[in-house]
Amino acid sequence: MAHCLSGNSLEVAYLSLTIGLLGYKTINSDGGGRMQHRLRERPPLTDLLMWLIGAGIAVLIAWGSFSTLTAGRYTARHWFDFVVFGIAQGSIYALIAMGYTMVYGILRMINFAHSEVFMAGPYTAYFVAASLNSSGFLDRQPILSLIIIFLVSTATSTLIAVLLERIAYRPLRAAPRLVPLITAIGASFFLQYTFRGLFGSGFQAYPTMKILEGHWLAGEFRILKFQAVVIGAAAILMGALYFFVQRTRLGKAIRAVSEDKEAASLMAINVNKMIVTTFVIGGMAAGAAGVLYALMFKQVHFFMGFVPGIKAFTAAVLGGIGNIPGAMLGGIFLGLIESVGPSLFLDGLGIAAPYQLKDAIAFAMLVLVLIFRPTGILGERLATKKA
Amino acid sequence: MRRARPFWQQGIKIGLIGGIVAVLLALVGMVEAFSQRSIISGVISMGHSLLLLVALSMGYLTAKGTHRSPGRLLINGLLSGSMMGGSVALLVIAGTLIRLRAVFINASPVLYSLLTFGYDLEKGTLLLLGIGILCGVAGSQLSICPPLIRQIIVRAFGAVLVAGMLQDLLRPIFAAWGEKISQWLFTANGLTLSGSLTFFVLIGTAVYVGAQKGHAIQTGLRTLPPRSQQWFRWIGLLLLIVLLLVLPQILGLFLSEVLTTVGLFVLLGLGLNIVVGFAGLLDLGYVAFFAIGAYTIAVLTSPELGFFNLSFWEALPFAILVGVISGILLGVPVLKMRGDYLAIATLGFGEIIRILVLSDFLRPWLGGAQGIGKIPKASIGGIEFATPQQTYYLILAGCLLVGLISWRLRDSRLGRAWMALREDEDVAQAMGINLVSTKLLAFATGAGFSALSGAIFASKLGSVYPHSFNVMISINILCLIIVGGIGSIPGTIVGAVVLVGLPELLREFAEYRLLVYGAALVAMMILRPEGLWPEAVRRRELQEDKRDSQSEANR
Repeated sequence: MAHCLSGNSLEVAYLSLTIGLLGYKTINSDGGGRMQHRLRERPPLTDLLMWLIGAGIAVLIAWGSFSTLTAGRYTARHWFDFVVFGIAQGSIYALIAMGYTMVYGILRMINFAHSEVFMAGPYTAYFVAASLNSSGFLDRQPILSLIIIFLVSTATSTLIAVLLERIAYRPLRAAPRLVPLITAIGASFFLQYTFRGLFGSGFQAYPTMKILEGHWLAGEFRILKFQAVVIGAAAILMGALYFFVQRTRLGKAIRAVSEDKEAASLMAINVNKMIVTTFVIGGMAAGAAGVLYALMFKQVHFFMGFVPGIKAFTAAVLGGIGNIPGAMLGGIFLGLIESVGPSLFLDGLGIAAPYQLKDAIAFAMLVLVLIFRPTGILGERLATKKA
Repeated sequence: MRRARPFWQQGIKIGLIGGIVAVLLALVGMVEAFSQRSIISGVISMGHSLLLLVALSMGYLTAKGTHRSPGRLLINGLLSGSMMGGSVALLVIAGTLIRLRAVFINASPVLYSLLTFGYDLEKGTLLLLGIGILCGVAGSQLSICPPLIRQIIVRAFGAVLVAGMLQDLLRPIFAAWGEKISQWLFTANGLTLSGSLTFFVLIGTAVYVGAQKGHAIQTGLRTLPPRSQQWFRWIGLLLLIVLLLVLPQILGLFLSEVLTTVGLFVLLGLGLNIVVGFAGLLDLGYVAFFAIGAYTIAVLTSPELGFFNLSFWEALPFAILVGVISGILLGVPVLKMRGDYLAIATLGFGEIIRILVLSDFLRPWLGGAQGIGKIPKASIGGIEFATPQQTYYLILAGCLLVGLISWRLRDSRLGRAWMALREDEDVAQAMGINLVSTKLLAFATGAGFSALSGAIFASKLGSVYPHSFNVMISINILCLIIVGGIGSIPGTIVGAVVLVGLPELLREFAEYRLLVYGAALVAMMILRPEGLWPEAVRRRELQEDKRDSQSEANR
């Protein structure tokens, strides 16, 4: 329990204070010439506070992991399970993050309603899946039905994304910063509650597919079939997307519009069309991610987009927003931390029921990345070009 | 390069859009839910009025793209109306042939009979087409009416509609003047015919008189000597205060409860108005401070946990203090963030607080998923603030205090520093404003107000549950201040009354509240970003921006 924590808290405080002071000293140490003058600037008190907090968190994480690993409560099989689950969940986040990062790159705005684009696909595809299941087609031709479900889901998500762009975002291209953000929030709620009104507020359970039950063994470790399918499908889709953006003409045009809209239009690129294409791609990725999510968690609900949406945004920021490989990396990294984290360090710190705080870890990651490294792991410069 | 499009394309396009909107409204269930309330009893319900309104507006919109010839307008109105009526009829036909209910839960036979006004399929379809065409044509012809007649018609009909919607509020107010008046105007569910005619005529004449004499009255008022002007203002203020004090006594239990909810949201809105409106820091995790205030009061006063045993008034300063400190703690990490990133980071913080409060880890101190109960009510000299009417006065005192502080802060040096921050942070820093302390003060003040509101909420409800502190409340409050007008204090109050009061009054509305909020936000941002009652500066700015960007787009 928490008395574990309080007993050692003095040590933790001492450690973090030391690390913080070391950091402070380093900044103020002698260098050479102008660099020395710049480094001699004393950082403000708030920066020091943030250093301390960051150092404290790092120490807590290290200490927690150390205690868990030495206590040996989890075997290698457990860790492997966690890792595989984390990668599967992370690849779903990565696919959704595509939408966020591409729209941010091209419009410099966070598409809050992307979480509803993600939700719309699997929710609509649920009805198709249910009817396929009741007619027996799902069992007879599982691969074909899966393809149909995928197609329906991607089509719906793409439609919603395009409608969003046309109705809510296009009239506000020139508006001050706050306005498109608020419109996105409004559109997000409108879509959520429209779906609730149309289809009801209950959880809709996806039919189980026999082809995805069971597991494969690799030596001593087992990997569940549907997890493998999710990871494989996501990898293929991400590869395709990366190839599209980096190697095709259309992808190059999209990248050009993200860099500089006016220059791109001077190069005879139809900016509106490129923006719509970006939303289409983001929508397709989100629709596919939606089906994978439904296969993993087996339920759809009108509110299901909210939390994965924020986590996907975290992933996009983690990797460097506007950077597509970054979003992929960020997604997988976030999925791993979320899955392995609670058992790894929260358990070691003596917190009861650590899996309840799983979401808190994701949000805390978001906040920490935004505070300490807003340009993300891959260091995308877009983040500093803001007004 | 503009191609010449045949004019009737506009009619068809708008008609289809209107048709989709009408079908959506029907399938989402709004039409059915709204038809439980009659506007004019025995004649028309709110559900049908909604559809008629959509049809009329679509007819009006067709005039926008069409050249002003009555013939073309007529055809376009016809087209749009028939498209709309046809779409709704199609829905009913499809519904009777296929079992739509498996997918759309609201596609029931009740809905179909509502849509066809109770007649069978063929008659119903013809009726729908006919009514659609009528509305479409009426709407399009309305646009070429002389402006005065148009204003009179629109506002008079609007008044009847609003009176019908707000009947629960208006009935007791009129009953206070005399039971007979209330009975003449309203029945148990809806306006009487005589009542609707009364409103129509009253508002119609008011608009007419206003149009003729309004200008004269305004200039007359403006040229009065300053002492008389001041006198008028003081009388107006006095009347307002008397009204506010007397309101719960007239309105009865249910409406006083509504007023207390509106009051709490006004408090919250005024706090967020400082953070978002004055200082321009988009805070989506605002509900966290609300939770902190409520939980502090709960922990300090509730005998269930038993740590402390203070009374409400003793615990209140602590609650506000804890709120202010947490505001500063939130502010420090996000000092360097701007715009979208700040929004998401604060959202993250809000969610972290919610998850922590809900978790088993903190259950011994914060009650976990069950929350904390048995919070004692506030009391002054033995009189407890128990009934809604009494809590209303407590909340009113809170609102007046916070409103006064907001108002004075806005015109103070700090307030101007906040507005400079809002406009452009770099320039503000160059002008010598200490960004750190200004931002932290904004967060702290906003958090303090929110904690006060949370404290009153906890005491009023008697218990706190973690589920009542979700992100929806933050978004709710954000919607209020945006719809009311960012940065404007009367705007916040208007926003709270409209967005919180209306759904409480129109119970049928409650299920679709967030749907309408979302649509209202999008519509407001596109059409009127400065809000319903904006600051004068903001309105000028945003309208100028709109005009500039429109002229850019047209070039």
